[in-house]
Amino acid sequence: MSWDPITRIVGSLGIYTKIDFAARRVAECYSTSSIFRGYSVFMKGKDPRDAHFITSRICGICGDNHATCACYAQNMAFGIQPPPLAEWIINLGEAAEYMFDHNLYQDNLVGVDFCEQMVRQTNPSVLARAERTPAPHAGLHGYRTIADIMRSLNPFEGGFYLKCLEMSRLTREMFCLMEGRHVHPSTLYPGGVGTVPSVQLFNDYLVRLLKYVEFMKRVVPLHDDLFDFFYEALPGYEEVGRRRILLGCWGSFNDPEACTYKYETMADWGRKMYVTPGVVVDGKLVTTSLLDINLGLRICLGSSFYDDWQHTEPFVTQDPLGNPIDKRHPWNQTTTPRPQKRDFNGRYTWVMSPRWHDSRTGENLALDTGGGPLARLWTTALAQQVDIGYVKSTGTSVKIYLPKTVKLPEVELEWKIPRWSNTLERDRARTYFQAYAAAAALYFLERALECLHAGKLETSVDYSVPSDAIGCGFHEAVRGVLSHHVVIRDGKIANYHPYPPTCWNASPRDSAGIPGPYEDAVQNTPLFEENDADHFKGIDILRTVRSFDPCLPCGVHMYLGPGQELSVQHNPRFGAPRPADAGG
Amino acid sequence: MQHRPEVPAVEILWITAGLGCDGDSISFTAATQPTIEDLLRGAIPGLPEVTLRHPVLAFQTGEEFLLPFHQAALGKLDKPFVLVVEGSIPNENNKEAGYWAALGTDPATGQPITTCEWIDRLVPHAWAVVACGTCATYGGIHAMQGNPTGCMGLADYLGWDWRSSADIPLVCVPGCPVQPDNFMEVVVYLLNQAAGKYPMIPLDQQLRPTWLFGNTVHEGCDRGGYYEQADFAGHHEAGSPKCIVKLGCWGPVVQCNVGKRGWMNGIGGCPNVGGVCIGCTMPGFPDKFMPFLEEPPGAQLSTTAVVMYGKTVRALRSFTRASLNREPEWRQTKNGSTSHPLETETQLSGR
Repeated sequence: MSWDPITRIVGSLGIYTKIDFAARRVAECYSTSSIFRGYSVFMKGKDPRDAHFITSRICGICGDNHATCACYAQNMAFGIQPPPLAEWIINLGEAAEYMFDHNLYQDNLVGVDFCEQMVRQTNPSVLARAERTPAPHAGLHGYRTIADIMRSLNPFEGGFYLKCLEMSRLTREMFCLMEGRHVHPSTLYPGGVGTVPSVQLFNDYLVRLLKYVEFMKRVVPLHDDLFDFFYEALPGYEEVGRRRILLGCWGSFNDPEACTYKYETMADWGRKMYVTPGVVVDGKLVTTSLLDINLGLRICLGSSFYDDWQHTEPFVTQDPLGNPIDKRHPWNQTTTPRPQKRDFNGRYTWVMSPRWHDSRTGENLALDTGGGPLARLWTTALAQQVDIGYVKSTGTSVKIYLPKTVKLPEVELEWKIPRWSNTLERDRARTYFQAYAAAAALYFLERALECLHAGKLETSVDYSVPSDAIGCGFHEAVRGVLSHHVVIRDGKIANYHPYPPTCWNASPRDSAGIPGPYEDAVQNTPLFEENDADHFKGIDILRTVRSFDPCLPCGVHMYLGPGQELSVQHNPRFGAPRPADAGG
Repeated sequence: MQHRPEVPAVEILWITAGLGCDGDSISFTAATQPTIEDLLRGAIPGLPEVTLRHPVLAFQTGEEFLLPFHQAALGKLDKPFVLVVEGSIPNENNKEAGYWAALGTDPATGQPITTCEWIDRLVPHAWAVVACGTCATYGGIHAMQGNPTGCMGLADYLGWDWRSSADIPLVCVPGCPVQPDNFMEVVVYLLNQAAGKYPMIPLDQQLRPTWLFGNTVHEGCDRGGYYEQADFAGHHEAGSPKCIVKLGCWGPVVQCNVGKRGWMNGIGGCPNVGGVCIGCTMPGFPDKFMPFLEEPPGAQLSTTAVVMYGKTVRALRSFTRASLNREPEWRQTKNGSTSHPLETETQLSGR
């Protein structure tokens, strides 16, 4: 029995698991991607100004995050800083992207895993209980019972499902106002934007934003009701998709007053971002410095279809501050694809294994993004850097203020740091981050209008391409950490390596044998599905994989044949210890 | 009077496993004329009933999802199907082993089933085949010079004169990504054709629907007036409403309707909202348009040629405009200042 492809994600990724039905647990899991395109290969020798147009095409749901991140890297490499209004316009565009993308993903893709049609097939007793369970926030969202919420999520039928499709278009209109086109923007450039700032532009955005704000006041409590119900109906559900707290966030929304794009002061202006960058290990904030984040990047092989680059000449040996740059850093990476048969004992995927070097312990950590929002909220909450009226970090939570709208009064939502990094908390955080993005957009709109009314209408600066330079951009794609690293030589791209979130989350076992986050989160997940092996849907596994919001071309294979018994774990195909140098 | 469609029901089998980004699928969910949910729920009378098999939106997953694809590949699907392909088609013959793009796993070998194998098996049985987005039509970004996968568009893979079992040519709807309602319109057209209501879909030589790609961006661009007046934005002026051809816009020669139609619900677009046209609907994309941020060679000539005319008419129009910005002189409170008092009084008393 196998599941391939995993649907309701963007892209193609495969997860191969072995299920121990006797213990109702996942025994082993391998993550594999079925597509290779070769951006780092064909970008060599191209004009550095083209990087954002090209890299936008990496992702069809958050391409603009790539374009934005590429522009950040271009700005650093070209030594330029866009005018403030350009930054506010980009922030408004990116906020709309979060609002759109999380909305579509959460309730039109992930939500289907929690819909009545699905729960009826996988956990009939849970559905029966949902029918009897009143929804605590029924007064806000209008669904009397939890089962009513589930019915509203049925694809192409449920009222809430349909409403979310509609809102996904409204938010994409907001995006197009700022960045021209969704999903590959037209108006982003190094040094600014081509968007024409006007009273009309911002008004068009505001009226749509306020509809979304009102929508959020219903949506957040709806999801709280749904996810809280799962904890209550299925004791132990917190273990599903749970892994060690190893979260990375590369920060989002630059503050134009602080952000100079100079590498040397990156740690300072990074902390002024309106989503704080950082690394959280076992619940502790290890750093909020973009400099530390950059220096710690390591791209490992081990199970991927590539040749190693250890024998090549490094592009960058020191950063502009004199810190040594590792051979495994993206600036020094050379991508040489080596297509071959898939072998779960050797190499089995097109994804490499990005890791973050923890200088305290020397470990290369397999950070995950928590699907994006979980890491963003977690780092921001702990860092206590953000306090903009609409959003406030308290050290243990993030408070989100939404003003009065047509039908609903003002509210303050509070996302509290959860006890676990697990499936349900990744999904819950997504909903809160939708509200966060909307609240932040209200703030950005005020700042943009200040520029407009003060006559500060410049949205771009002139620049020239240096013959030799390096640059890096750090951003949050919708589903998590995003970095772009560029090396320019003779005015052309000599090396370019983008690292999207799914490369972290979907990474395979690295050269040290450390599994990637999907593998790790799915392994040992208890199974609550009521079906027997012959009718098994794998819903708990699918919920786990989808909680990370994958954006790779992908499929899930679940090996349920002879491997149903624990003893079969020693099957050499899956159980053999992995040689440390398998990636070679 | 509503007639029963000639073909009562159609399946749309959509493969995103080319070398792409799924951006065309996401675009399709942005369409509003009609919306995807309305299309599937029978928004337009007289069309065949539609079942959509789409990996991004499917309820089913894994083998359950792939079942109709396997049936269709064997010619055993009980309804005619439209195959939509998204992403460019790799050359799986340029390497010794492995795969560039795949969907699902072959149970016999445990190895992935390549996208090429799927296409080879499915196209002979398809009622129509539609290439969605520039990767699938002509190769696009992933077929850029220097790429390792040797990928190409479906037209190159199948042959430009390929025809389906219903004798319909390959339909190419380019765009990176495809403009949402452009694609929806093509789907609706084909459903009308299946219903027996519309004639053969009209395509140009590059297999594009003529009504969508017959004009250039420039012909529909609301900045064309600036061009005519030779008023061009310089590099520090991105963000002005002027013509951006000197920043690298290829609109004057690119066949695309986005400048006029906007991106969704008339909002957004490319040069109309300040983004240079990078030619993403054209078979020559991207290589023939790079570097994107340099003035196209042809534009250097045409913008020079238009300068004398443009500056002259701009000056003349500014005089005329200054005059038109003043009201006629009789609109004031001074005694006797009126256009024709007696005539007005006569007209009033006559009623």
